[in-house]
Amino acid sequence: MSAAWRILHKDLVLELRTREALSGLIVLMLLILLTFTFAMDPEGAGEAAPAVQWVTFVFAGLMAIQRAFLLERENGAWYGLLLCPIDRGAIFVAKMASNVIVLGLAQLVLVALLALLLGAPALAAPAAVLLVNFLGLIGFAALATLFAAISVRLRAREMMLPLLVLPLLVPLVICAVEASRVVMNGGSLASAGAWLRVLATFDVIFSVAGWMIFEQLVQE
Amino acid sequence: MSARQASAPVIDRVLPIAATVVMLAAIWCVFVYVPNERLQGAPQRIFYFHVSSAWAAFLGFFVAAGASGLFLWRGRVEDDRMAMAAVEVGMLFCTMVLVTGPIWARPIWGAWWTWDPRLTMTVILWTIYAVYLVLRSSARDDPQIARYAAVLAVIGVLDVPLIQVSVRLWRGMHPSVLSAPANTGGIEDPRMVAGLVVTTIAFMLLFVWLLRLCYESLRLRDELHRLEDRARELIR
Repeated sequence: MSAAWRILHKDLVLELRTREALSGLIVLMLLILLTFTFAMDPEGAGEAAPAVQWVTFVFAGLMAIQRAFLLERENGAWYGLLLCPIDRGAIFVAKMASNVIVLGLAQLVLVALLALLLGAPALAAPAAVLLVNFLGLIGFAALATLFAAISVRLRAREMMLPLLVLPLLVPLVICAVEASRVVMNGGSLASAGAWLRVLATFDVIFSVAGWMIFEQLVQE
Repeated sequence: MSARQASAPVIDRVLPIAATVVMLAAIWCVFVYVPNERLQGAPQRIFYFHVSSAWAAFLGFFVAAGASGLFLWRGRVEDDRMAMAAVEVGMLFCTMVLVTGPIWARPIWGAWWTWDPRLTMTVILWTIYAVYLVLRSSARDDPQIARYAAVLAVIGVLDVPLIQVSVRLWRGMHPSVLSAPANTGGIEDPRMVAGLVVTTIAFMLLFVWLLRLCYESLRLRDELHRLEDRARELIR
């Protein structure tokens, strides 16, 4: 556990000193959002806000998570990590946690932008919106972190990460969009209960599976 | 080892004959023996091949996931080959499901495609295993690729129940454009049941035969690579 904490700490210090990932991610999200707005009728765009939000989040998030592993390739840092006498699962936990933190902050900005640009009633029930976003974030980070460890080693890595992750993300995207739609329209958490249960199951399954399987991916 | 070598050729000689004979019987059943379905008429006859391919496809994907799990656990190259062969064959049958489905749906539902939970589920499975094949071909020479592909197959099969639940919920909460399909409604006639049983057996035989062929070709490919490497060493 302390190993995971150290790696997480290192990632966060790096991010605090450069602010590369977060600033890049937020600008990318803003650009995807704007592209959506230009492609749609801005008047009716509020309706589509949950869909726009999650598509934006998924595509921008994939870029950010890919980057978190690319970082380790510089100066052979990755081999240094693998040579450490620590449980490999700890590396997964740390990487996933740092991705959750960076993506979570960007996600808050994204929700604010949605309210601002598309007039999405995202702030009607802040606690419920936060919960839905958090559940979507965890599952996404778990799957994407696991597969970024694969794609980073492939030649066509920019293409392979979305290819690997998007089909598997279908349940998460469906449930996150529908749950967001319910809570943004002022519905109670209970009325989004079915979606939230699937999201929570998704989170648990892939966090645990990622942690257990990660070891298999990093054998050199 | 010697026992297997002795028995393998017999199976490989029997399987093609059995698969061919039963497949011909299945074709006869579908086109001649089974009666026309009362409401749907002739288009319903595609149902026999459609359903049998679907079972073969799902079988392929579960064999792939099982073999991948075994490969991650004990790391034997045979398990990896089996997983790869099962995905290739499963993909073939899954594609057949996705081709025969719309051909039937067009005259019956009036649309090539609807977002019915089963259709959605099948197309998502298809994409997962298409990605598996892309991943395999993207880095043929990387020794780690087998491990990556196995992880994808295992995660994919964990995802299946979640996809199923979410897709059902998703369609359940939307207005359905078309009424619920009654594609099992017409199967009371014993001749139809017999037709389905014969077609399913035919497809299972075909599945096993193709699986063995694929497996064998993968084994030969590995053998060829090994020999090439040795030849290169000898020349040097």
